[in-house]
Amino acid sequence: MRMLGCVSPPTQGDLTILGGDPVRDGAAIRARLGVVPQEDTLDNELTVRENLLVYGRYFGLNRKLIAERTDELLDFVQLTERADDQVDPLSGGMKRRLTIARSLINSPDILILDEPTTGLDPQARHVVWDRLFRLKQRGVTLILTTHYMDEAEQLCDRLVVMDHGEIAAEGTPRELIARYSTPEVLELRFPPDVQEAAFEKIKSLTSERSELTADRMLLYAADGDELLARVRAAGLEPVGEFVRRSTLEDVFLQLTGRTLVD
Amino acid sequence: MTSTHSLANGTASDGPGPAVTVRPLPAVPGGWELAVRAFRCWLVMYRRTWRSSVWSSVLGPLFYLGAMGYGLGSLVDRNGTAALGGVPYVVFVAPAVLVVQAMNTAISNAMFPVFGGIHWNKIYVAARATMLRPADIYRGHLLFIALRIAMNSACFVVIMAAFGLIKSVWAVALLPASVLLGFAFAAPVAAWAVTLRTQTPMNYVVRFGSIPLMLFSGTFFPVSSLPGWLRPLAYATPLWHGVALCRALSTGTVDAGAAAIHVGYLVVMAAIGLWWGSRTYYRRLYV
Repeated sequence: MRMLGCVSPPTQGDLTILGGDPVRDGAAIRARLGVVPQEDTLDNELTVRENLLVYGRYFGLNRKLIAERTDELLDFVQLTERADDQVDPLSGGMKRRLTIARSLINSPDILILDEPTTGLDPQARHVVWDRLFRLKQRGVTLILTTHYMDEAEQLCDRLVVMDHGEIAAEGTPRELIARYSTPEVLELRFPPDVQEAAFEKIKSLTSERSELTADRMLLYAADGDELLARVRAAGLEPVGEFVRRSTLEDVFLQLTGRTLVD
Repeated sequence: MTSTHSLANGTASDGPGPAVTVRPLPAVPGGWELAVRAFRCWLVMYRRTWRSSVWSSVLGPLFYLGAMGYGLGSLVDRNGTAALGGVPYVVFVAPAVLVVQAMNTAISNAMFPVFGGIHWNKIYVAARATMLRPADIYRGHLLFIALRIAMNSACFVVIMAAFGLIKSVWAVALLPASVLLGFAFAAPVAAWAVTLRTQTPMNYVVRFGSIPLMLFSGTFFPVSSLPGWLRPLAYATPLWHGVALCRALSTGTVDAGAAAIHVGYLVVMAAIGLWWGSRTYYRRLYV
């Protein structure tokens, strides 16, 4: 992400951003980028408006233009009422929205977001997603990293799954699901003592991937209900069952495994 | 300019996208223009705190002037002032207090706010994502520190004049001389502070750097009172050059050759600092 933001020289390979070389044209490229870093870098002692003023000045915009854009952007991220308040007491979600507004002060062509909703409550996340979606509609290219697969599913047209710095898969969310998972997943629960024996039997019923976790088994299937019927026909009665569509989370876990990567 | 790179492609696509037109990149202003942008942002922040900062930075030197110049000075003057160049002790000490406060303003502003730019309020981290390059961030901050040194020094020069401690018209050069001295400290100190991972080393600079310098650089007593073997060390310190220069200016004992050496020393020190800082800032901010 830092390389894309032209603040870290590429270690290997070629990188061209907006037609420029990030090492030679770094400043010029950054003039067209917006960056929402993972950790907020707002000035907590300044007001909301002053934060945008400082940033606009870095890009050489004049006060009048900054004032106009500030009004527009604060309206866009729903912070108009807090315009003249200090940043420090704002909630995490507000700070995130302000960071997004700040990153847009130079009308960037590309917006780079590093885990934009990490640590936010569900309401705040949805507001951020909503605003990002609108930016996308306006033609701003968004590049974002995330650990939340629902976020990727909501916002991304094109998705790259990275595992230990390598590209594990690439495509639209729908393509990835089609390629790396089955349309549906059947989740079954059995009493703990019979769980393993049941799993052994059920595994032979399906040729698709199946997984046993501490409290349930995940059975990947083209048709979950049909598989459930076969499980029952084999004389196994789960205490809980749930058929759901495959998600990107399944793809991600399939590609990168369940072991913790720290 | 056209590019087929997908980063510039505003619409969804798989594989190589269609050729899209990319706006040509803007021109990057040269010289110090970008540094001035960084500098102006420090002004926005300073608007909040300037009142309290002026008070604290003017009162400190005033206490020194009162205690050392007038208090201690009343004892010194009874024993004759030949070693001081025949001027009352307070006249001898005032330009030194001016220079010491310039050094202290420089060091304190070039340490904690620089460290904070990376670790606390992250002003540097925020600025590096914009057009500003590390060297612009560095120079912009130095411009602001120079302004702070100039403000504090100007206040003190006015106080010196009001107390009748200025004996020469050369004193008009006190302000630029004191800013030069401060800048010669600020440039290398900021260059160093930006590399720090913890704040402890900054306390050592005060304890083992600025305090000994303040005491032994011909400030409160002439270097000739030091033991012979220590004198070359005192003459080698940047603070001594600043003190000697400003003392000559305020007492009217300017010697062109000596002044050129003092100014040259400080200019070289500032230049080395500037060169070093653009390297350390680059390495620290572009990881």
